[in-house]
Amino acid sequence: MKPVNFDYARPKDIPGVIALISDEARSVKMMAGGQSLGPMLNMRLVQPDLVVDITGIPELKTVDDQPDRIVVGACVTHADFEDLRVPDVTCGALPSVANGIAYRAVRNRGTVGGSLTHADPSADWISILSTIGASVTVAGPSGTRTISVEDYMLGALEADLRPGEILVSVSIPKLGRNARWGYYKSCRKTGEFAHAIGAFLHDPERGVSRAVIGATESKPVVVPAAQAIIGDGRGSNPAKAFDASAVDRILSASGMHDQIDRQTHVVALRRAFQRAYSA
Amino acid sequence: MTEQGVGASLLRKEDDRFLRGRGQYVADIRLAGMKDVAFVRSPLAHAKVRAITASKAIRDQVVLPIDLKDVKPIVAVSGLQGFKASEQPILAHEKVRQVGELLAMCVADTRAAAEDIAAQVDVDLEELPAVHDMLKARQPGSALLHEHWGDNVFLETFVDVNFAAALDAPIKVTREISTARQSMAPMEGRGTVAYWDNRMEHLVLYTGSQMPHIVRNGLAECLGLDQLQIRIVSPDVGGGFGYKGILLPEDVCLGWYAMRCGHPVRWMEDRREHLTAGANCREHHYRITGYADRDGRLRGIDCEATVDSGAYSSYPFSACLEAAQVASILPGPYDFPSYRCRTWSVATNKCPILPYRGVARTGVCTAMEWIVDAIARECSLEPHEVRRRNLVRPEQMPFDNITKKHFDSGDYPEALDRAIKAIDLPALRARQNKGEPDGRLIGVGHSIYCEQGAHGTSVYAGWGIPMVPGHEQATARMTPDGGLELRIGAHSHGQSMETTMPQIAHEILGIETSKIKLVHGDTEYTPYSTGSWGSRCAVMSGGAVATASRELAGLIKQIGAHLLQTDIGKVELSRGRVHGPTGAVTIEEVARTWYRRPQDLPAGVDPRGLEVTIGYKPQRDSGTFSYAAHAVVVAVDPEMGDIEILDYVIVEDGGKLINPMVVDGQIYGGLAQGIGTALYEEMNFDSSGQPLASTFADYLLPGPTEVPTPRLDHMETLAPYTEFGVKGIGEGGAIAPPAAIGNAVNDALRRFGVELLRSPITPRRVLEAIHGARHRQPSEALQGEVA
Repeated sequence: MKPVNFDYARPKDIPGVIALISDEARSVKMMAGGQSLGPMLNMRLVQPDLVVDITGIPELKTVDDQPDRIVVGACVTHADFEDLRVPDVTCGALPSVANGIAYRAVRNRGTVGGSLTHADPSADWISILSTIGASVTVAGPSGTRTISVEDYMLGALEADLRPGEILVSVSIPKLGRNARWGYYKSCRKTGEFAHAIGAFLHDPERGVSRAVIGATESKPVVVPAAQAIIGDGRGSNPAKAFDASAVDRILSASGMHDQIDRQTHVVALRRAFQRAYSA
Repeated sequence: MTEQGVGASLLRKEDDRFLRGRGQYVADIRLAGMKDVAFVRSPLAHAKVRAITASKAIRDQVVLPIDLKDVKPIVAVSGLQGFKASEQPILAHEKVRQVGELLAMCVADTRAAAEDIAAQVDVDLEELPAVHDMLKARQPGSALLHEHWGDNVFLETFVDVNFAAALDAPIKVTREISTARQSMAPMEGRGTVAYWDNRMEHLVLYTGSQMPHIVRNGLAECLGLDQLQIRIVSPDVGGGFGYKGILLPEDVCLGWYAMRCGHPVRWMEDRREHLTAGANCREHHYRITGYADRDGRLRGIDCEATVDSGAYSSYPFSACLEAAQVASILPGPYDFPSYRCRTWSVATNKCPILPYRGVARTGVCTAMEWIVDAIARECSLEPHEVRRRNLVRPEQMPFDNITKKHFDSGDYPEALDRAIKAIDLPALRARQNKGEPDGRLIGVGHSIYCEQGAHGTSVYAGWGIPMVPGHEQATARMTPDGGLELRIGAHSHGQSMETTMPQIAHEILGIETSKIKLVHGDTEYTPYSTGSWGSRCAVMSGGAVATASRELAGLIKQIGAHLLQTDIGKVELSRGRVHGPTGAVTIEEVARTWYRRPQDLPAGVDPRGLEVTIGYKPQRDSGTFSYAAHAVVVAVDPEMGDIEILDYVIVEDGGKLINPMVVDGQIYGGLAQGIGTALYEEMNFDSSGQPLASTFADYLLPGPTEVPTPRLDHMETLAPYTEFGVKGIGEGGAIAPPAAIGNAVNDALRRFGVELLRSPITPRRVLEAIHGARHRQPSEALQGEVA
């Protein structure tokens, strides 16, 4: 379990990265925290000619605080969120989820951009950032473009990166003061990838009610207008409004055919919903 | 008891280096000119080898099967009647019989470069149908691993003790129970560094080994060397658990190469090799029937047990240790009159099954304790009542059970009672009736076992495997400044013998433990031993150290008496001094006299001086019988299938504990592994014999958050036949958890009328069982109440 020989570059700016990754004559892999790429290299599942380390680029580690959002560089780590080096604009959602990603050693190095680009369906960022309504900005030879997080992920281990493109930042909206969120993931043991994820956000000031079911075979299932299946959060026991059979139908329609898988995903969402209203 | 002697919870001497990260493992060894090895391994489970070839460009860095034509295969024959031997090739040349089997060895300056070469070796295999299911493997028409056998069975055994008398019992409960194949997964994998020492004219093999002397036997036989030409060094070992007792083809291959290449070579097993090609264990299947009276009294047990032994009989334990032991230990701590058991050790296209902590006992305990709980449900009794009615009672001790196991001592019902009391069964039953606010289901379960440890010649001679333990020897020798060196042939890798052996010597000689050093893990410096296995070291190495220390005490007293100008009959040795009628002399002074002032010795001094090598055997070598009762409370999430352990109680009896803290540590570690067996660990294969877990992402081990801190209670019934009354307990912690946890989960799920009878008990298996119950009896299952 040792990698094949590869060349290594650590450019200092984004144009430098784009120049290197646009070289179609060589197979190139970008590395940020290396928490997924490292094992894949060691197991020779990937055998690149060149690894481009993007952690030497200052602007990929910055956080830009804007009136309605923060823009977080791709190489900001899970621990940066957990330790609040990234200001919390999500009523605690992102620091809390970051705290539950794998183990601290992974969180110290793993990055938000790397996680989204690796596009593992079981990872946390793809589910919670889809719920929050975040978007990503990618830069390439022909300029930049911005895509919602859920659209950036095309499928299992596949992100919408065209040749020569790099994810540079994640834009996270500031939630309203009365926003409520809940997140539940089911893992066999602490730190393992999830088997089912439920995430829910109700942000009345911004008119958002979103539910996300993650850790599926592919992209998370996003329900943009979640009131229909889980109510509007009013009343003395809002959790009672949860319509499990409606969620089950959504999952069936998304291609989840195994009854037990559907059950655990429905329950994960219901528990996320309960958590949103239990704090 | 003194502050340092037998019974003291002395802090571990070895922790000074381990906790500072200064342990020296095989991977820490750096030798000048050392090169790295990568093996070409079979990608197929079962295939004919057409050709293994290397191009001219790489040929001098590659060892091919044809190069090893003078090397003998690894053969581990059991003397049990009907055993069919296998030949495990060093590099496969006719057939491959498991994924990961060695085809060629590649050598380069680095492991990465060796892997590059391995990728260039041409492998031409013709795939054959794989035998991946041990039950189907026994059926006629199955593909055959070793064609000349005519079937796939290493060994079939049968025992019948008055079985027919049980048939009219009013209660008859049959279950099919199985335990998953596991990987042992010690923190440190295997590794070997080999070189030829020109001065000593011997092959030196550094390898993490529980039994260096046994490895030397096997290696000498394969390579055709005299034993004088081999030195095995086992440095620090990061967990053995059975895997590091085995002679691997890799060891033989490196040894052969090191004799020819003129430089040291090294192979470090990586985790993928470990998981897919190395350390398999535990896969059992039982079809078991319990016969009982309505009051729960056992009338008899009938069992067909099959063990998936994998492709080859591994050295030295053989392919039948596991299954054939099942027949003799299945009755557990119970006394019942009728018994029948048939076992099969079945060959399949998987890596050889190896003895893992607890060996067959974990599977056996699971099968027996799950059937006892099933009988209790059938009789509408609390399971502990059924157990108590059938346990061997203290007044029956020593007790020869139905398979002629000689239980040496103990009070099994007392252990059970203490566990049930500690777990507070009535409170839990009340809590179950009330229900949990979070909707989870509470279950309580328990299990009890006895564990034969340190079994010796009389037991193993019958097995006839390459390794039969006899007297265990130890050397005790003083240094000129009064220090004491102890040498044993077993190896300490978690057993804490660098601490406990000095405690024993201190108990007898009074020398400060800080001045006593244990030397182990090197065939050049230690007396022959079968090594560390079978929960034997405290009893056997400890007994040998005690015997040698007593012998040394006589020699010390002889010189001391002369220095005190008195008779040896008038002196005694205590607190590190020889005391006479008019004064005392220190052991340091005695040592100085023997080594550096021989002119002061008496004329007829014993020429052995202050050095003794002597052997030890317990008065009876049929083994010590430690035992424990485990009780556990779980919460089962019926929606997600998750299982949380809320409380865990262990009441154990290891006889006299040399160091209670060390024993607690052994129990904690065993419990962690038992929880792995119960809930997480599973090495699956597809129908072509491909292992499905090659990383720890797919092979789950319990971590710190999955292992609760158990509440421990010790009983201390002295063993009648051993030094100090010590019993072997090293493996016990890993035996009972799957049985207890499974019983607790099934208790939690009683309302659904389901039983989970396969380990590990995963969330999916829990949910499938609940779904299955709803389909079978929709209304009843949902409305059922916890009893």
